[in-house]
Amino acid sequence: MKSLEELKKLRDESIKNIEMRNTDKDVRVVVGMATCGISAGARPVLATFVEEVAKRNLNNVSVVQTGCIGMCTYEPIVEIYAPGKEKVTYIHVDSEKAKRIVSEHLANNRVVVEYTIGSEN
Amino acid sequence: MKIFRSHVLVCGGTGCSSSNSAQIRQRFIDKIKEVNLDNEVQVIGTGCFGLCEVGPVVIIYPEGSFYARMTVDRVDEIVEEHLLKGRIVKKYLYDESIKDEKLKALSEVDFYSKQKRVALRNCGLINPENINEYIARDGYMALGKVLTEMTPDEVIKLVKDSGLKGRGGAGFSTGMKWSFAAPNKADQKYIICNADEGDPGAFMDRSVLEGDPHAVLEAMAIAGYAIGATKGYIYVRAEYPIAVRRLKIAIEQARELGLLGKNIFNTGFDFDIEIRLGAGAFVCGEETALLQSLEGKRGMSRNKPPFPANKGLWGKPTVINNVETLANIPQIILKGPEWFRSFGTEKSPGTKVFALGGKINNTGLVEVPMGTTLREVIYDIGGGCPNGKEFKAVQTGGPSGGCLTTKHLDTPIDYDSLTAAGSMMGSGGMIVMDEDNCMVDIARFFLDFTVDESCGKCTPCREGTKRMLEILNKITEGKGTMEDLDNLEKLAINIKETSLCGLGQTAPNPVLSTLKYFRDEYEAHVNEKRCPAGVCQSLLKYFITADCRGCTKCARICPAGAIEGKVKEIHIINQDKCIKCGACMDACTFHAIIKK
Repeated sequence: MKSLEELKKLRDESIKNIEMRNTDKDVRVVVGMATCGISAGARPVLATFVEEVAKRNLNNVSVVQTGCIGMCTYEPIVEIYAPGKEKVTYIHVDSEKAKRIVSEHLANNRVVVEYTIGSEN
Repeated sequence: MKIFRSHVLVCGGTGCSSSNSAQIRQRFIDKIKEVNLDNEVQVIGTGCFGLCEVGPVVIIYPEGSFYARMTVDRVDEIVEEHLLKGRIVKKYLYDESIKDEKLKALSEVDFYSKQKRVALRNCGLINPENINEYIARDGYMALGKVLTEMTPDEVIKLVKDSGLKGRGGAGFSTGMKWSFAAPNKADQKYIICNADEGDPGAFMDRSVLEGDPHAVLEAMAIAGYAIGATKGYIYVRAEYPIAVRRLKIAIEQARELGLLGKNIFNTGFDFDIEIRLGAGAFVCGEETALLQSLEGKRGMSRNKPPFPANKGLWGKPTVINNVETLANIPQIILKGPEWFRSFGTEKSPGTKVFALGGKINNTGLVEVPMGTTLREVIYDIGGGCPNGKEFKAVQTGGPSGGCLTTKHLDTPIDYDSLTAAGSMMGSGGMIVMDEDNCMVDIARFFLDFTVDESCGKCTPCREGTKRMLEILNKITEGKGTMEDLDNLEKLAINIKETSLCGLGQTAPNPVLSTLKYFRDEYEAHVNEKRCPAGVCQSLLKYFITADCRGCTKCARICPAGAIEGKVKEIHIINQDKCIKCGACMDACTFHAIIKK
C-alpha cells in the first residue's frame, strides 16, 4: 500500500460487496422469484438490479426477492417501495427494462410509467 | 469484483463452531451449488454475533433474516425456500426477531437495541478472513491517517483526550501508557497485544480476534508509530485455535497489501507483527509475567518498577495493551476523541464488552456504553434468570472481582462505581447467579481457580490462597467455626495488601465480597450446618416424602444400601449410611425424594 488514495480506492471498490449487509435502507426493490417469475425470466432481472444498484452506488436501495405475488401472467414483476410514496409495480420486466428502471426511477426519481401495471389498461 | 445478490453469514466463532457451524456452512455451500445459485449467493463465515444462547446463528442478507439454533438438516429447506423462491422460513427464525408476522431489524431486537458496538462493530458483519471486507469498513484508514497526517505526539494526545482506559482490567489510561514509552530512547521498542484471556467464562477478547482481527493489527501499528516501535507481538493462548488461525491469515493478508512490513504507505514507517502462543496460565495475563513467558521463561510476575514502558521485553521499552483496548483505537482516530466521549460516562468514556454467562437467558457477548446499569444488562439485554428463578448475585471481573447483589442492580457499570461497590470492572466476565447458587461454594470455586493459577513466587499468594481454600472447604463440609470466618477475613485482607502482583492482590475479592453481602449464608454453614441453597453436598440430607408409592426402585439403586422399606410402603433413608450421591432422587419417578 503506497498511499492513502490507493487504500480509499480499494475501500470504495470493496464496499460494493458488503453494502448489502446494511439493512437500514429506505427503498426496496422486490423481485418476484417464485416458479412463475423464474420461468418468465426473473433471474437475470434480479441480477441486473443487483449489479446496476451496486454500480451506481445507490446505498439507499436494497434488492430483495419474494415469492409469488399472485399475478403470474404479468411476471417478471418488480415492485418498488419507498417511504411516503405509493408502491410502483412494474410488469414484464427484462434486463433492459431493469436498467432503465434503475437509471430513471431509482437514480433520478422518475417512474417509468410505460412499464408499470397501470399502463396495461 | 463479483457482486452477489444475497449473502449467507454463518457464525464461525468458537461457540457456534462447537455446535457444528462449520458443517452448516459447508452444507449451505454444497446445496447452493446443487441448485445453481453459487453465482448469485455467497456463503461467508464470520465472527461472533453475540447471541451465543441461540447459536448456531445464520443471518441472510439483504433481508437480514436471523435464523437461530440452526442445524444441518434445516439448510436444504432454507436454500430451497428462502434463497431459491424468496420465501423466508419463518419457523426457523429467532422468535424475538419477528413482530406481527414481520421481520424486525436486528437493531430493534431487545438483545441488540441497548447495545453500542465499537470494539465489536465488525464482529458478525464481515468475513474476518478477507481483508477487503475490513477495508470496506474503513479498515486501515486510521493507520493511513496517522502515518500521513499526524505526528506521534498528536496521536498520543488524541488517544489521551479520548479518555480510553485499558479494558483488560486495571483500567489505566491508554494514552498515558503510550506517553511513558514514547520519549524513551532505545534501538528497539515493542508493542504487545495481551490476548491472554483467562477468566473462567470470559470470551470478549477471543471474539474480537475471531471476528475482527485486522482491527487489532491496525491498532498495534498505530501504537507502534506513536511510541516509535517497529515490532509487535500478539501473546495469545494456544487454547484459542480459531483466533490464532484468523490472526495468522490476517497478518499474511496485511503483509501482502503492504499494510504491515517495510515502508508502510510510503512513509518510511516499518512495522511487523508476530504471534506468540501461551500455554494458558492465568498469571500470564499480568504484564510482567507475560513478558517473562514471551521471552521463553517461566511465567512469573516481578516487581514494578521498572515498568514495561521503561524496561519491558528484553529490557526494551514496551507497551502492552489488551485486545479490546486496541480494537477501539482505529475508531477513535477516525472519529475523534469527542465522538468516543459522546457515550459512556465522564470518567469512563466509551463502551465495554461483557461476556454474559451463568444463570442468564441470553448467554452471549454484549457491548454497552459505560454507565449502563447492571439491571439493564442482566434483565433488558440478558433476559433475566431462566426458569423464573430469582436473581441472587452477579460476579463481575471474574476470579479477581466480587459478587454484587440485588441492591447493586442499579449501579452504573464503570470503573469507579464497581470498585466502590466492592467488585471491579475486570476484563469483562459477568457471571449471573440465581437462588440455586450457594455463595460459599461460589467463593470456593474462584479460590480453587486462583490457587491453581498462582505462580508461586510470593508467599502471600502461594500459601495464603491455599489456606483460604482449606478454610472454605472446611466450611462447605460443615466443619467450620465462627473463628474460621474471622481468620478467613483477616487472611484475605493480608493477601490483598502484601501480594506481589494483581493476581494475589485481587484473589481474595470473591471471598471478601461474599462475606460482606452473604454473611448469613456463611453463618448458616457454620452454625446450623446447613447450605441454604442446597448445593454443598456434605450438608445436604435426602428425605423421602409421603408421595412415595413404595416401588422399591430407590432401594434397589442405592449404592450404599441406605434405603429401607417394603413394597407399597413409604421408604426411609438411613442418614448414617447415606453417601449423598443423589442416585435415588434421579431414579424416583414420583418426585418423592427431596434434598434439603
